[in-house]
Amino acid sequence: MTTADQTIKLARKDFVSDQEVRWCPGCGDYSILAQTQKLMPELNIPRENIVFISGIGCNSRLPYYMNTYGFHSIHGRAPTLATGLKAARPELSVWVITGDGDGLSIGGNHLLHIMRRNVDVVIVLFNNRIYGLTKGQYSPTSELGKVTKTSPIGSIDYPVDVCSFALGAGATFVARTLDIDTHHLVTTLERASQHRGTSFVEVLQNCNVYNDGAYKEFADKAVRPDRMIEVEHGKPLIFGKERNKGFRLNGTTAEILDFDNGASVDDALVHDEALEDPTIASILARMDYPELPVAMGVLRAFERPTYDSMMEDQIQEAIKKEGPGDLETILNAGDTWVVE
Amino acid sequence: MAEESGDVRELDRVTIRFAGDSGDGSQLAGQQFTNTAAIFGNDVSTVPDYPAEIRAPAGSLPGVSSFQVSFSSHEIYTAGDNPDVLVAMNPAALKTNLPDVPKGSLIIINADEFTEANFRKADYEADPREDGTLAGFRLIQVPITSMNARALKESGLPQRQIDRSKNLFALGVMFWLYERSLEPTLNWIDGKFAKNPQVAEANKTTLKAGFYFGETAELFSEHYRVPKANPRPGKYRNITGNEATALGFLAASQLLKKPLFYASYPITPASDILGELAKYKSFGVKTMQTEDELAAIGAAIGASFGGALGLTGTSGPGLALKSEAIGLAVMTELPVVIANVQRSGPSTGMPSKTEQGDLLQAMFGRNGESPLAIVAPATPAECFEMAIEAFRIATKFMVPTIFLSDGLLGSGSEPWRIPAIEDLPKMDVQHPTDPETFEPYQRDETTLARPWAVPGTPGLEHRIGGLEKSDITGNVRYDAENHERMTRLRAEKVERIADDIPELKIDGEPSGELLVLGWGSTYGAIITAVYRAQADGLSVSAAHLRYLNPFPRNLGDVLSQFERVLIPEMNLGQLLLLIRARYLVDAEGLNRVTGRPMKTADVAAKIETLVRRKVSVA
Repeated sequence: MTTADQTIKLARKDFVSDQEVRWCPGCGDYSILAQTQKLMPELNIPRENIVFISGIGCNSRLPYYMNTYGFHSIHGRAPTLATGLKAARPELSVWVITGDGDGLSIGGNHLLHIMRRNVDVVIVLFNNRIYGLTKGQYSPTSELGKVTKTSPIGSIDYPVDVCSFALGAGATFVARTLDIDTHHLVTTLERASQHRGTSFVEVLQNCNVYNDGAYKEFADKAVRPDRMIEVEHGKPLIFGKERNKGFRLNGTTAEILDFDNGASVDDALVHDEALEDPTIASILARMDYPELPVAMGVLRAFERPTYDSMMEDQIQEAIKKEGPGDLETILNAGDTWVVE
Repeated sequence: MAEESGDVRELDRVTIRFAGDSGDGSQLAGQQFTNTAAIFGNDVSTVPDYPAEIRAPAGSLPGVSSFQVSFSSHEIYTAGDNPDVLVAMNPAALKTNLPDVPKGSLIIINADEFTEANFRKADYEADPREDGTLAGFRLIQVPITSMNARALKESGLPQRQIDRSKNLFALGVMFWLYERSLEPTLNWIDGKFAKNPQVAEANKTTLKAGFYFGETAELFSEHYRVPKANPRPGKYRNITGNEATALGFLAASQLLKKPLFYASYPITPASDILGELAKYKSFGVKTMQTEDELAAIGAAIGASFGGALGLTGTSGPGLALKSEAIGLAVMTELPVVIANVQRSGPSTGMPSKTEQGDLLQAMFGRNGESPLAIVAPATPAECFEMAIEAFRIATKFMVPTIFLSDGLLGSGSEPWRIPAIEDLPKMDVQHPTDPETFEPYQRDETTLARPWAVPGTPGLEHRIGGLEKSDITGNVRYDAENHERMTRLRAEKVERIADDIPELKIDGEPSGELLVLGWGSTYGAIITAVYRAQADGLSVSAAHLRYLNPFPRNLGDVLSQFERVLIPEMNLGQLLLLIRARYLVDAEGLNRVTGRPMKTADVAAKIETLVRRKVSVA
């Protein structure tokens, strides 16, 4: 094994473990793994200080393929291990790998709470809108009416919108990206890693075996410019192959602007990711094809003190106030008496 | 037992039960009486009994809360089966507690509350003072509410606030009756109400008024003295099991020089541990109130992976919720400790009542073959040393460890001889750092522990998880031969803990007619009954298990030295099942599931039926 040396810049290969990758050929997970490995050397974090924690599902095998510290835990609970680890060891860079079933079904509660607490971790949620590992049952993000093995005449569950959920839970960084848009993917992950606080990234990911073409209606390269809109901080929301369409809010209603038919670029909403109020970010998060283009990119990036730092601050404050704890003193506290 | 001396009678042991509405302050009065008796030098033992509801309707039967304290001039092991004195603040308190009070006992009632309306709330058809209900008891009626109100007339406090002090008036009366100093309680009031001198003054006034009332009123023909006990020299404090548990875990962290991380979801009767540990921030203790039980064990495992002392605490239903994650700790071989303060089950059961129903859950309540270590304190004070033991074993053997307490231990109290720091166990933990020799599942030859490699160590990057591990490397592996080897290794590792724990001690002769074997909070009842039987010349010995998995190495030998084995438990025979299965011993159970402590009298009666003859005493 190699020892991380700050003076030698690590490369992508240094983050590739000796374990054989076992996802189905063609799976979107390969791309997410590759971009994650590619990003790691850029973070300038010693490799031994990086930990990947996952739950259960195809996605959750990822830690085995990363040559970092890793923990493949149990279904839905990765956020809880990550919180405990980060709280105990704030200096570590902690990554949570989860999926639509792991994070939003069996582990929905923990996902809610890690985000509301603003624990300083990166959460990457692979959303393929299906249960892959158990061979094709509908998930909490599957569309209404979806026909699967367990919903032979169509699912009667309304799906949850992943980024709205994250925003509702108070996540301070919320972004959406796409497995096959590798540049966007790696840039988004990089932004997430730079944010202090919970960084939540939804990756739209194809399952070519059980839900092939999950996003092709709007994510295929040919139609993407017209059906997806990339949001960028400080820039007007413009989309279309010809960059001839824009987006604005009329009250809380989203409206499409057609620049070829009288609308002006100046009318387009300028994206402000740093707003404390998540209302506009939530509207963006819920835009869906075919009515509206699907928003991609950083929907929200707003900083406030993190759970782990506040926990550490309270400890330091107590030590400053009371002095470092002394076991003998505390054992002998309260009403005592001596028997001669 | 009593020695006459004018109007003071000397007694060697007294058991008082304070009972009233759950808002009446019976717990507080009992605790103050306990502290005062302990500081005086009596041996004391207490047991609270409170409803699960925070405030059931005033005056109603479900709203009754009580606190029993036994204090003595000799060593005692329980808070007593039955009270000698009942202080009943209302008719409901009288009605619910009277069945436990033997005839001839003293009953002090708050006469002001014995009204028609309160009789109805307590389901009394007539005034129990007049219909013969209290025949054969020594009834003392004290108008506590009105005397308290009169004492505090000038206090300037609103009537509601004045009424809340009436428990202190009653306490004052009891202090006079048992010749106790008011000083400890006066000091406590000063500290407690430092920010509210008006309330402090009122509380002190009524406490004294109660005391003087006892002295001047001619209601009591005599009062009582319980001389000091003769305990081992040393410095003492009164402590509840949950306090001792928290201090034990703190001590483990200090001894191992590892930060403690406690994650827990509030649950009766374990919540106090979180409250206690949250105070220890200056020791670097991190506490987290999680969203649920699953998160609590998950966070503890995460912290443990990070090299901290990962700890979670709960009660029975919470242990059930944590099961899957405890299995993960078994598979990943991390030294997480789970404190379970048992309560009556199944399901939500009776949250504020005690039971020993989780032994088999602790042993087997996970999928697959998933052995772990289990330790169990026998008394409130012993929670301290067994909490240290839990982490000593967990870290030395890299094994999740369950600390099995119960509601009686957690909320009960007794004097604790404060240990000197140098007398605490010496403990140490090592983390590997050498990448050349490191393998995640390379075991220590003696303990079979795997190395505890923590993130942040260069060159030791590795992955663990819930999937079956390959021996040595820890990589995922599914083949038959490896799974069998790993399953047996995990079991063997837990078995080897037996080489590292003390042998089972016997109270009494090492062989004989009957061995009474117990675990956990039945200790007091068992040992009291056994000592009595021994004093009567019966061939009975006692042994109490503090280590439930693995058992002490000599347990089989001990069992074989007795003709019969009796196992009293507050369940339907869980240790009994393990002992019979493991040692093929035809042991017998004494099983009680009342939600209340095991009674000495029940154990004594059972012993009588099992022992044939008296041993001839030379």
